[in-house]
Amino acid sequence: METTLPLTVQGLGCRRGQSLVLRDVSFSVTPGHALILRGPNGAGKTTLLRTLAGLTPSQGGTISLPFDAIAYGAHADGLKLQLTVRENLSFWASAFGSGTSGVEQATATFDLAPLLDRRAADLSAGQRRRAGLARMVLTDRPVWLLDEPTVSLDTQRVDAFAATMRAHLAAGGIALLATHIDLGLDAKTLDIAQFAAATRAPTDPVTDPFAEAVE
Amino acid sequence: MRALLLRDLRLAIRAGGGFGLGLAFFLILATLVPLGVGPQPDRLAPIAPGILWLGALLACLLSLDRLFALDAEDGSLDLIATAPLPLEAVCTTKALAHWITTGLPLTLAAPALSLLLFLPVQALPWLTLSLLIGTPALSWIGTFGAALTVGLKRGSLLLSLLVLPLYIPTLVFGAEITRRGAEGLSTATPLALLGAITLGSIAALPFAAAAALRINLR
Repeated sequence: METTLPLTVQGLGCRRGQSLVLRDVSFSVTPGHALILRGPNGAGKTTLLRTLAGLTPSQGGTISLPFDAIAYGAHADGLKLQLTVRENLSFWASAFGSGTSGVEQATATFDLAPLLDRRAADLSAGQRRRAGLARMVLTDRPVWLLDEPTVSLDTQRVDAFAATMRAHLAAGGIALLATHIDLGLDAKTLDIAQFAAATRAPTDPVTDPFAEAVE
Repeated sequence: MRALLLRDLRLAIRAGGGFGLGLAFFLILATLVPLGVGPQPDRLAPIAPGILWLGALLACLLSLDRLFALDAEDGSLDLIATAPLPLEAVCTTKALAHWITTGLPLTLAAPALSLLLFLPVQALPWLTLSLLIGTPALSWIGTFGAALTVGLKRGSLLLSLLVLPLYIPTLVFGAEITRRGAEGLSTATPLALLGAITLGSIAALPFAAAAALRINLR
């Protein structure tokens, strides 16, 4: 799970749909450090994270680490409501190859033991969030990209989450967080508004006649 | 791959899963056709192969729109896409899970239901064989259609329109095998063609489906 290489991004362009949202995004995070992305709503925090996760193709630029070193935690928790928390976590553990030991570790980290045999549909929003965050531990990947990780968590859980983040960083991990809350992490902040692409208009609507139908 | 297959099968049999929906539709169709057409064996027997194959095809179509849409809604599709498993393997697994929960039960139920339609007994093995060979093609083609329409609201209408034309060869050859079997003719040619469609779909369509998913995930 450790990486000895820094995550270096240079000249990255990020698209959302037909519009170029960010251009020339450049930063570097060394192992053991976190970077907090700031910017107003719609500035492109999620777009940047999705591009780094490999879900959206980048428009030029380089990302120093391969996509399989990067774990992405989205707004949505990715829990199957009909399955129990244990079944959900076991699935992600096998999908990422971390096995049962990973499930135990994630359960302990996010205090999920009493919830393991409950269906995800019966959990509260905060409990689902915790189960969703537990998946990040299961991925066993050094770089965590987290999009608003503390939504619907109570103050106590936010502190617990900050402690998990510190443990991840102390183990040589890297984290990128899009958050408006101060987690008390020793982290640099990056205001992504400076990378905003000047034009938000469609790049060239004529090039893809089916784009409108696909959106 | 095994984990994803087991998860999908488990989801299908849990409350709110799609398992049984296709089977129930098939049962309703096979029960209602004799009531609508009339119970005379000489009228039902000639149309039985076509009705049974049509029923199986539409039953497959019923559960297709859930294939990727549910994963896209709760965000797990994004997370599966970033998992180590390549998307092509994800599509293959999804199609396999769809076949196990839809195509396989239909194949097993078809001989019993064919009695309601007075299908000649010598056609029963051919009906089962043709469904066994043909239904995987329905699942794999359907997976491709589901991948194309995953981002769309109310995508199931478009999905049906996209997928139904692709289902036509499977339907033609599948029903032809059963009809020839009922009449005691040679079934080798339609059987070979149906097999070719299925093998071609299994080999090629996961790549097409994965490419469609990548575009829709942007």
